[in-house]
Amino acid sequence: MDRNSPPPAPPRKRLTIVDYLLFASVIGLIVFASYRVNDVLVYHWNWSRVFGFIIRFDEETGSWVANLLMYGLATTLRLAVWGTIFATIIGILMGYWRTVDNLTLRIISRSYVELVRNIPPVVFIFIFYFFISSQLFPALGVDDIDRDGYIVNTWAFWILFGDPALLSNFLAGVLCLAMFEGAYVTEIVRAGIQAVPKGQWEAARAIGLSRTNVLKDVILPQALRKILPPMAGQFITLIKDSAIVSLISIQELTFLATEVAATTTKVFETWILVGAMYFVLCYSFALLFAWLERRAARSRR
Amino acid sequence: MLDAHAKPLVEITGMCKWYGDFSALFDINLTVHEGEKVVVCGPSGSGKSTMIRCINQLEAHQKGTIRVDGVEVSPELKNIEGIRREVGMVFQSFNLFPHMTILDNLTLGPTRNRGISKKEARDLAMHYLERVHIAEQAEKYPVQLSGGQQQRVAIARALCMKPKVMLFDEPTSALDPEMIAGVLDVMIELAEEGMTMIVVTHEMGFARKVADRVVFMDQGEIIEVAEPEQFFSNPQSDRAQLFLSQLLGH
Ligand SMILES: Nc1ncnc2c1ncn2[C@@H]1O[C@H](COP(=O)(O)OP(=O)(O)OP(=O)(O)O)[C@@H](O)[C@H]1O
Ligand SMILES: [Mg+2]
Repeated sequence: MDRNSPPPAPPRKRLTIVDYLLFASVIGLIVFASYRVNDVLVYHWNWSRVFGFIIRFDEETGSWVANLLMYGLATTLRLAVWGTIFATIIGILMGYWRTVDNLTLRIISRSYVELVRNIPPVVFIFIFYFFISSQLFPALGVDDIDRDGYIVNTWAFWILFGDPALLSNFLAGVLCLAMFEGAYVTEIVRAGIQAVPKGQWEAARAIGLSRTNVLKDVILPQALRKILPPMAGQFITLIKDSAIVSLISIQELTFLATEVAATTTKVFETWILVGAMYFVLCYSFALLFAWLERRAARSRR
Repeated sequence: MLDAHAKPLVEITGMCKWYGDFSALFDINLTVHEGEKVVVCGPSGSGKSTMIRCINQLEAHQKGTIRVDGVEVSPELKNIEGIRREVGMVFQSFNLFPHMTILDNLTLGPTRNRGISKKEARDLAMHYLERVHIAEQAEKYPVQLSGGQQQRVAIARALCMKPKVMLFDEPTSALDPEMIAGVLDVMIELAEEGMTMIVVTHEMGFARKVADRVVFMDQGEIIEVAEPEQFFSNPQSDRAQLFLSQLLGH
């Protein structure tokens, strides 16, 4: 035999009869569903009414301006970004507490995680929202911050937090979401910390580093590197989960979509459109993260 | 070889340790004086690692006392970091910090603990890297080095803290045979400069060359303490004889 001959080609993957049947039944289902909607329900599709809520033509200024659904999308994005930032802070703290010797800290962090994971999200959000809006915000004086509007009326503020009039509403949404997602981040961080080999702790202690420095200089940098992929996934989950804060009247995409659906009575169009908007948003982030991960893997020695 | 008036650096008296109900160490008594080199050997599971890990309290003992340079170490000790800075440790599996360059591995301890400037720490690190003969690798990451080089970096990292005593836990057991000599050479140089050393190893050549005393352990107890020549040629206990015959048998 000739050593230099090319390796045999791998067997081709071919579609079988079962695959064709599956495709056919999926298409059949879609056709049937649209037939039911069009002919049995006698539904009149009207996409243009709904599209007008993404961008509309302003007669007065003679230009195209963003409308409700775009505002909602922007709020959802802001919620996701701030929610992730706070959830990460909560998650790193609680995740570390999950791994310490101190029993009190372990009980606190464990209770937090179990509480969030074993109550339906809606119920948790209602309870927590009640606490925030009736106790926390009045105590902090959130509504009185910056009465004169020096900071609030700047561009940067609008981009970061949206409409100042809705600030406490927005912050409540961020906090609810962060508390909720923080529990899942906690578990990711805990797994990351525990995945750092024991020898790293010992070597760091052996050169006399303080507890804080062991964590800050040696353990967390390695743990965080390991948890970047699951954290990216959690960020996308958070975008989807953000829809839940529409229940406490946070004016994000799902909340505004409910209003649009009610005013236009075009229920199917609205929700299909909103679904597409979420999909584009989440899938773009998924592609971005996958790309970043590939780049990081390549640059690693 | 040993100065009779040297002060005791590590004093272990009546030390016992349990893992749950399992007695890992029982009634350990050992004093190591300044400048002395002690080799610890014994069968696998005899408690060698556990004993030296108690000295810098990576493991807590439950009975007896351990003094390092006159200070008693215990799990309750507030300033345990202070003791650890005086005690360098080298592990079987190197345990370099993989996310840092070689240089950063070395400067981390001094900058964080000794409060010295980046520049000073750098000079210190380069000095020790030269001593272990790998100064040219300073900017690389641990994975880019061979096992032997990594272990020498680990030795330099411990030395950067200017420890009073160095602990080695089977520093050459994880190395390919051709890497062992380089690490042992560094350790021999260190010994010749007068460093106080406690070395868990089965390298008999090393023990013969540098050890003042050999400590033989079995089942969590110190069975025999002797000078290397005497221990290797004429061990007193049956267990040491058995251990040596097995070691030489291979
Ligand atoms: N964390 C632990 N929990 C329970 N038992 C342990 C633990 N660490 C060590 N032991 C037990 O204590 C005994 C002594 O272990 P030690 O690692 O000190 O042995 P050793 O002499 O260093 O052996 P080796 O030559 O294999 O490294 C062993 O029987 C081991 O199983
Ligand atoms: Mg061992």
